[in-house]
Amino acid sequence: MRLEPIANPSAARRYGFPALALAATVLVASILSWIAGADPLATLGLIVTGATGSRLAILETLNRATPLIFTGLAVAVAFRAKLWNIGAEAQLYAGAVMTVVIGTSAWGMAWLQLPAMALAAVAAGALVLLGPVILKTRFGVDEVVTTLLFNFIMLLFVSWLVEGPMKDPAGMGWPKSTPVDRDLRLPRMVEGLRLHWGFGLAVLAALLIWLMQARSVLGFEMRAVGQNARAARFSGIAVTSVLLKTALISGGLAALAGFSEVAGLKGHLTRDLSPGFGYTGIIVAMLALLHPIGVVVAALFVAGIFVGSDSMSRAAGVPTYIADMLLAVSLLFMVLALGLARYRVAWT
Amino acid sequence: MTLAPEVLRLDQITKRFGALVANDAISLVLRAGEVVALLGENGAGKTTLMNILFGQYVADQGSITAFGQPLPPGNPGAALAAGIGMVHQHFTLADHLSVLDNIMLGTRPLWSWRLNRRAAHDKVRALAHDFGLAVDPDARVGGLGVGQRQRVEILKALYRDARVLILDEPTAVLTPQEADALFTTLRRMVARGLSVIFISHKLHEVMAIADRCVVLRHGRVAGEVATRATSPAALAALMVGAEVLRPAPPPGTAGLSRMRLNGVTTPDAEGAPGLKAAMLDLCAGQITGIAGVSGNGQAALSDLVSGLIRPALGRLDIAGNPAPARWTPAAALAAGVGRIPEDRHKAGTIADFTLTENAVLETCRDAPFSRAGWINWRAARAHATAIIAKYDVRCPGPDTRIRLLSGGNMQKLILGRVLETAPVVVLANQPVRGLDIGAISYVHSQLIAARDRGAAVLLISEDLDEVMHLSDVIHVMSEGRISAPIPRGGATVAELGLRMAGEGFAHAA
Amino acid sequence: MMALVDILISASFWAAAIRIASPLIFATLGELICERAGVLNLGIEGIMVMGAFTGWFAVYQGMPLWGGVAVAFGSGMLFGLLHATLTVPFGLSQHVVGLGVTLLATATASFAYRLALPQVTSPPRIDPFQPFAVPVLSDIPFLGPALFTQTALTYAAFGMAVVVGLVLYRTPLGLAVRAVGENPAAAAAQGLSVTGLRMGAVMFGSGLMAVGGAFLTLSAFSSFFFDMVNGRGWICIALVVFGAWRPGKAVLGAVLFAAFDAGQVRLQQTEIGAILPYQVFLALPFVLSIIALIVMSRRAEVPAALMVPYNKGER
Repeated sequence: MRLEPIANPSAARRYGFPALALAATVLVASILSWIAGADPLATLGLIVTGATGSRLAILETLNRATPLIFTGLAVAVAFRAKLWNIGAEAQLYAGAVMTVVIGTSAWGMAWLQLPAMALAAVAAGALVLLGPVILKTRFGVDEVVTTLLFNFIMLLFVSWLVEGPMKDPAGMGWPKSTPVDRDLRLPRMVEGLRLHWGFGLAVLAALLIWLMQARSVLGFEMRAVGQNARAARFSGIAVTSVLLKTALISGGLAALAGFSEVAGLKGHLTRDLSPGFGYTGIIVAMLALLHPIGVVVAALFVAGIFVGSDSMSRAAGVPTYIADMLLAVSLLFMVLALGLARYRVAWT
Repeated sequence: MTLAPEVLRLDQITKRFGALVANDAISLVLRAGEVVALLGENGAGKTTLMNILFGQYVADQGSITAFGQPLPPGNPGAALAAGIGMVHQHFTLADHLSVLDNIMLGTRPLWSWRLNRRAAHDKVRALAHDFGLAVDPDARVGGLGVGQRQRVEILKALYRDARVLILDEPTAVLTPQEADALFTTLRRMVARGLSVIFISHKLHEVMAIADRCVVLRHGRVAGEVATRATSPAALAALMVGAEVLRPAPPPGTAGLSRMRLNGVTTPDAEGAPGLKAAMLDLCAGQITGIAGVSGNGQAALSDLVSGLIRPALGRLDIAGNPAPARWTPAAALAAGVGRIPEDRHKAGTIADFTLTENAVLETCRDAPFSRAGWINWRAARAHATAIIAKYDVRCPGPDTRIRLLSGGNMQKLILGRVLETAPVVVLANQPVRGLDIGAISYVHSQLIAARDRGAAVLLISEDLDEVMHLSDVIHVMSEGRISAPIPRGGATVAELGLRMAGEGFAHAA
Repeated sequence: MMALVDILISASFWAAAIRIASPLIFATLGELICERAGVLNLGIEGIMVMGAFTGWFAVYQGMPLWGGVAVAFGSGMLFGLLHATLTVPFGLSQHVVGLGVTLLATATASFAYRLALPQVTSPPRIDPFQPFAVPVLSDIPFLGPALFTQTALTYAAFGMAVVVGLVLYRTPLGLAVRAVGENPAAAAAQGLSVTGLRMGAVMFGSGLMAVGGAFLTLSAFSSFFFDMVNGRGWICIALVVFGAWRPGKAVLGAVLFAAFDAGQVRLQQTEIGAILPYQVFLALPFVLSIIALIVMSRRAEVPAALMVPYNKGER
């Protein structure tokens, strides 16, 4: 077989294949639940109602989607410039650490301190990604491996912090940090509903990133670098500088996930603050075709699968890991669909 | 006279790419012990035909017979197995492997236990000796020069006992002396009953080596003649059809120096030489032509002028003042240097960007296309629309992705992007490579117009005819050195050829 | 300082280093083969998890130990096939597909484990490979206990390194694999199938990665845990770079690396361990990997066509 590039793929191709990918994922879900001995249709139904069936379920899905929007945006921004940031997990924790550091110090000015927490988080996350990107631009070290390795180092660092310097004296020995002051939590978006402003911030971030990509010179340059770094350099774009700026934005976005989880939901830092939000962000970004608004939609979808699978698992006895499998499968199907949209398979 | 036996027959080969008919019922016969030249301009269908022979493409119609046996279509191994070897214009060698490994690759069954290097070593040595192809079998290909690499390619084919050798533009990368050595090798091969298909558009070479010439034009066989019975002029007429010879443009009037290289040296990069104490003066109102075999420092010169590299030694002056210390592509643009890069697909444009986006690639940071970091897409689109109209870019509109355009139209957009900034220096590196005749004369007329508006034009081209036709002043490059200026008409082709081979340089390296 | 010397001259330390190196050697060789053919396989981490699970599960179900190794190899090949299908003929992003394969393989192993053993609280054990004292050689002082009283799977790891080296440099197949990683067009022009060679290399390499994972359950720990691979796959990718894409150097790198790992465990029990938090020691392997990448970045000769898809239809 060989692939023949299609110069100008039709809309049917460009949207049909991704739609097919989602359909195939649903098929895989049915097969998996059948293997697990459950009724496929009932399982699917339970996942859907588990994610959207009640006000509580919807709020849970929105809360779960919040960090995924941030990490998804972080990945989407970086991948657009062909900067392979697989280290959103580390950047998230860096943000969470700074949130706690600022959030547990006594300033006495909450109106200033909460934004300061966010800014410190962004700065920390940006710095964490800056390292691997400098290694890439200076030494040509592949950033995929370094950002992956940084994830493990950062997790050990957090583990040390919550067992040592940042440990909560009132935590009864549990490895968790001193909680952020009550006044320094992100407020609820609607009084009485368990949904914090982290979600609003995430959607706002998506809009800003969209605007940046579509309208700003930097966004244009980031796309140019991602599409063809050689042509970008030739045309006067400072490629290294664009990559560094991309790293700062991407790392900062991922760090906001840590900020919003700590300041909006958990209140303190633990080693298991993130159940792989950084890695799931890659799936979110790919499902969104790297589009910022798509990231919001994809994050809601992914969060729904997680939340729905949790509640389905309790009812139908299918292991919750079905959610991870489905997301990995949907990622691979989506990549394949994007490839098929641009190439015609010719059998010779 | 009895004819030698037929070794290869292409019969009525037709291949279409969409609306384009690349090969239209082409037939060709090759006999034992003869050299057949396949002539034609770029885009005449030579490469497509060879790709069909080697199974890279499948013909829509027609058949191929090798040594009396039909050749199955679409199977790259079949032609090789039938005893047909090919030396591509762009060598297919693995740089990190040794010469011997490159030659042996794929010659033994994959699942056999031993490579048997010693026997192979001996065979390569014997072949090298017999055909005059001196090359060290244990050398790494990455360290070899272009001429030696070509020998490795020929050895690859001979090692497989090829009876037919196809050479695609073999002399494009060689000095005249290396080309002579190649011709000696080819004559030895023919004397042993091998056959050669020689693809070229250089008429004097074809006259020197070929027994017969098959001329392609627009995908069709325009004529087939015995070399003894023809002349370069007759072949040229067949190649270009009823094309009249272009009158030379009126000479330009030289003005002030716009850019000057003062003993500039740059590092060697990726096997290509850097500049060696290069002196060059680009004056307003002049086209300065750079002649030379490719790979002799033209890339370094182009990169330096473009802002991609900086002088390691020596000085670069712009309009009499030193160039900025941070000499970058952006600095070059700011200094009024317009650049038409050699590779318009990889360096000149971004394939998946629209015409609008490509049109403002170099200027998006400046007014009126952006303000305070925000792009004014309306202004950008208007600019692209203006270029499309003014430079006759044939396309569906400014929102089309540029990958859909033909090479000529892509080049016209780049030309417009460059000339619309009213540059004081214009770098044109291989500006017409791969374009059709209409686009070529358009690009040339625009370069002349830019010169007449007072720009200093630097034309770098492998095509000596192009350089001699357009340039007011010619410099020859060899191994990174730049010759003293030669005024228009100041040297014959033969004299320039000697310079290209490295003779007559003031500072021998 | 004395503590460090004591550690370095103990045979048990080197025995541990060789043991710790074994899974890394399998997986590093697997990744090396993939990359030599021009494919970066980021599925390695997940494929190791998969191999650890399937190998263990096969033995838990009553298969012999070598049967478990074979099953692991087969499961690795299967995920290798998935990776290769998407990245070679379809030419999709090797980064994204590799991460996708890692996520899928990890999730599949967890899902299958939970499905097969829904009730267990503590992970069930199997009888793992036992150390085998090589006659005569194991009696050599120091070297004997350090090198020649290992499990059969460790010997297999080093044997595999020799085999991979020989095949890569001494056979037509090895030459062909190296050529498709250097210049696929050159290989294709010589009548070789780039697609076939690359897919084969990725599948075989993935099989080896899975065996590396299976070493953890069949030779090192005897049970399966969810995070038992814990970044070893990513470290192996660094080891391939550190070894400059050569099997011999990669094995050396793996042993060196394992020596650091074995050393940090022992150092934790000394006075240095009392001063520094244990996380510093655990982070050491990852920090070392990054340093190795930086040091080798300038010198190493990367396969020229690594991560470059080949499509003969492209004009």
